Amino acid sequence: MSPARNLAEPAAPARPLLSVAGLGKSYGGRIGCADVSFDLWPGEVLGIVGESGSGKSTLLGCLAGQLAPDRGQVIFDTAEGPQDTLTMSEPQRRRLMRGDWAFVHQNPRDGLRMGVSASGNVGERLMAVGARHYGDIRAEAADWLGRVEIAADRIDDRPRQFSGGMQQRLQIARNLVTNPRLVFMDEPTGGLDVSVQARLLDLLRGLVRQMGLSAIIVTHDLAVVRLLADRLMVMKDGRVIEQGLTDQVLDDPQAAYTQLLVSSVLQV
Amino acid sequence: MSPGDSDSPYNFAYLDEDTKRMIRRAILKGVAVPGYQVPFASREMPMPYGWGTGGVQVTAACLVPEDRLKVIDQGADDTTNAVSIRKFFERTAGIATTETTTEASLIQTRHRIPETPLTEDQILVYQVPIPEPLRFLEPRETETRKMHALEDYGLMHVKLYEDIARHGAIATSYAYPVRVGDRYVMDPSPIPKFDNPKLSDNAALQLFGAGREQRIYALPPYTKVVSLDFEDHPFQATKAEHDCDLCGASDSYLDEVILDDRGGRMFVCSDTDFCTRRRAAGHVGCLGEPA
Ligand SMILES: Nc1ncnc2c1ncn2[C@@H]1O[C@H](COP(=O)(O)OP(=O)(O)OP(=O)(O)O)[C@@H](O)[C@H]1O
Ligand SMILES: [Mg+2]
Repeated sequence: MSPARNLAEPAAPARPLLSVAGLGKSYGGRIGCADVSFDLWPGEVLGIVGESGSGKSTLLGCLAGQLAPDRGQVIFDTAEGPQDTLTMSEPQRRRLMRGDWAFVHQNPRDGLRMGVSASGNVGERLMAVGARHYGDIRAEAADWLGRVEIAADRIDDRPRQFSGGMQQRLQIARNLVTNPRLVFMDEPTGGLDVSVQARLLDLLRGLVRQMGLSAIIVTHDLAVVRLLADRLMVMKDGRVIEQGLTDQVLDDPQAAYTQLLVSSVLQV
Repeated sequence: MSPGDSDSPYNFAYLDEDTKRMIRRAILKGVAVPGYQVPFASREMPMPYGWGTGGVQVTAACLVPEDRLKVIDQGADDTTNAVSIRKFFERTAGIATTETTTEASLIQTRHRIPETPLTEDQILVYQVPIPEPLRFLEPRETETRKMHALEDYGLMHVKLYEDIARHGAIATSYAYPVRVGDRYVMDPSPIPKFDNPKLSDNAALQLFGAGREQRIYALPPYTKVVSLDFEDHPFQATKAEHDCDLCGASDSYLDEVILDDRGGRMFVCSDTDFCTRRRAAGHVGCLGEPA
């Protein structure tokens, strides 16, 4: 956020965008995630790290309305004020998912319509919230494809004809086009090779800065959180074992597990 | 032999009364919730799927002995499909039939709406192959049902968007999707989009039956039906830019008929009854002869 904008908006946000308390979900006897509580403030990017099976995706799914938790609260600051997204009606929750929220999947196939053109993929969210002018939708889609560095002559191609990195950038454009207030990402750079990852990260960082995005990003990759996240949450066996400012956690990890995580990555 | 008699091998209109009652319940629900697809337990009919088994069951459930039935296939009364369905009800219900739109109390149709405006005393029954307008983009039935329930119809416009992006205009010319009473998005069956305006504010009761897919839906008389479009690409009810070569009509939907292998062709009304009656009234097209 630029200093000028800070001046123009005098008061700091009065309340969190998302307030999570006592969230838990089990799969039969196995814990998915348990006892998760945190606040996310507007404009903040929260990273969630932890080894495979530690409950990151489960937690993200519960936060984004894709999985039904067993207990807890997920209070989102909606246009009508804070509301528990777990107890609101399905139509209300869907409205959030179409407009205020966005979800970037690890596998672009889960987040894209593979049979629909790139610009149609980006336009879908605009049409879902009522856009009915073809020319405007197309112009907006073309603008967004440009912002994620997809060439203008590819906007009518199907995602199938795109590389993995392009598909992921397309998924990001499709999600950000409606200016969502909260973006969920599950391993946005997973499954891509290193140079492609770096380019995508760079792009994401630019967008996060420009748009002042609020986001929750799940990842294995500490490089991702170092670059994008203001705050960090470390999970193990379904529970949050450490959280704090990203630099603090990475430079001075408290929990033994976090120390291991940090040192193992830094060695690579 | 007269169907319905105790010594007749068939119950009136082939289906047993319990089945008809079940179908009527689905029809009533459809009428109560215009455009909503009501599931029903479709029965085996003595004809293959794709031959209008859904429409036939709806017709059977609506027929009374006083009815006069008309059956059209792409506008024509004399095609195999139309003839066999008409014969089927002549034999199993003993009802009168007609080819004249204005004389019919019930019209079963495949892929057309008659040109002659319908009245409050008439029922139009459509044969529907695929009732789900969202299927093209979302194959999961669990998901499409949710989308209808939540009026989550952005996807419908994605389909039209793709049309314009690819062809420069909305190329969908059959089964053009509509919004019913500001609520449900509906597939009007594969009628040409030329017929879409006739769906709206129609005096007749319109019923839709899909046999293989086991769905019934309805438009009560005078229901508002709007064809989906974009502000800058408004819906257009198009037809061949031509007059009927037999009756000269300029406002009816035309079929193109190939006359020889040297490019000879003519355009004729797809609605054969409409064309016949115009010629009987003295109208002549440029290739027609006075009746
Ligand atoms: N659908 C499911 N049914 C049963 N158990 C599940 C299911 N999904 C996840 N689990 C279990 O819940 C726990 C947390 O899984 P989750 O997918 O949330 O982990 P994760 O941190 O996202 O792992 P990864 O980094 O490999 O994606 C694991 O023990 C996993 O086996
Ligand atoms: Mg995961």
